[in-house]
Amino acid sequence: MASRKTSHPNRDSEDKYSILLPTYNERENLPLIVWLLVKYFGESGYNYEIIVIDDGSPDGTLEVAEQLQKIYGEDKILLRPRAKKLGLGTAYIHGMKHATGNFIFIMDADLSHHPKFIPEFIEKQKEGNYDLVSGTRYQGSGGVYGWDLRRKLISRGANFLSQVLLRPGASDLTGSFRLYKKAVLDSLVERCVSKGYVFQMEMIVRARQLNYTIGEVPISFVDRVYGESKLGGNEIVSFVKGLITLFATT
Amino acid sequence: MTKLLEWLFGVSLVGAVWALVSFDLLDLSLPQTYREVAWPMPLYLLVSFGCYSLATVGYRVATFNDCEEAAKELQGQIKEAKEDLRRRGLKM
Ligand SMILES: Nc1nc2c(ncn2[C@@H]2O[C@H](COP(=O)(O)OP(=O)(O)O)[C@@H](O)[C@H]2O)c(=O)[nH]1
Ligand SMILES: [Mg+2]
Repeated sequence: MASRKTSHPNRDSEDKYSILLPTYNERENLPLIVWLLVKYFGESGYNYEIIVIDDGSPDGTLEVAEQLQKIYGEDKILLRPRAKKLGLGTAYIHGMKHATGNFIFIMDADLSHHPKFIPEFIEKQKEGNYDLVSGTRYQGSGGVYGWDLRRKLISRGANFLSQVLLRPGASDLTGSFRLYKKAVLDSLVERCVSKGYVFQMEMIVRARQLNYTIGEVPISFVDRVYGESKLGGNEIVSFVKGLITLFATT
Repeated sequence: MTKLLEWLFGVSLVGAVWALVSFDLLDLSLPQTYREVAWPMPLYLLVSFGCYSLATVGYRVATFNDCEEAAKELQGQIKEAKEDLRRRGLKM
């Protein structure tokens, strides 16, 4: 812990972390998440780059991203926009092609995933040389903010059901705050066919199937403050469909 | 083997053992008590698993952490970030 106090304790490490930030109408959130990422990476000294994959957001997210690139530099902020909304799964694939790090962080840009956990992910990964470290809302100090009883019940119920049916070896299947070794993510993405919400579930289930090692870090999930969720709606229906598909195919 | 097949395999195994004992299919002349205990076993298992599930989910809902602190910290940092970004010339 003492080493944290020195200015750049991890600067000599060979490792580089690419953060994939898919955005769709995140004009208000993007500057804030980038600021926080720069803050925590700056403090911990790890080598990093932020890759913003914007899908032609009508709210002008890309212009904000360009401004951020001017402020923080083109080596730190990379823009890999696409012309129209093509979905989250392909956004990761698109972003990965341009990643130069040997590790890849996947997180939401809506501030529900806080960059303060990033050093913990990295330490956890190093501790067990894990192939994948997954954030979990369901264990230890992990948790949520802004959820009513109904949402907690659905979330816990769905989680219990998927634990029983799939035994995935990770406590948070639908969370999407994760750290992967680049090669591991490459091989997983190649195999995963699901869209949207179920994609995250499939990734971790396939990881277990391929005998990749999984570490977990408790995270607090704070509901987005700005903008609105793009998935929402038939979340339960797509969860059940995804669960059945994974149950029958993995 | 897919999870579906694992489940089917497990369930048929248990089902087979249950049928063997309950109906004494192999004519092992098991004591009557064995058969009486085995016969309603599936129902007991189902009910206890149901209770276990409800209790577990209920407990986990009740102990789901509310991260008040995290939300407050984030609010503070959002303010700080906005000020700093404005200073650096970001037009929001
Ligand atoms: N590039 C891209 N990003 C997306 C798309 N859909 C959602 N996102 C981003 O993915 C992240 C998670 O989406 P969100 O709507 O918050 O999903 P939720 O948290 O499950 O409700 C956010 O950063 C979104 O901006 C998409 O089609 N393309
Ligand atoms: Mg969100």
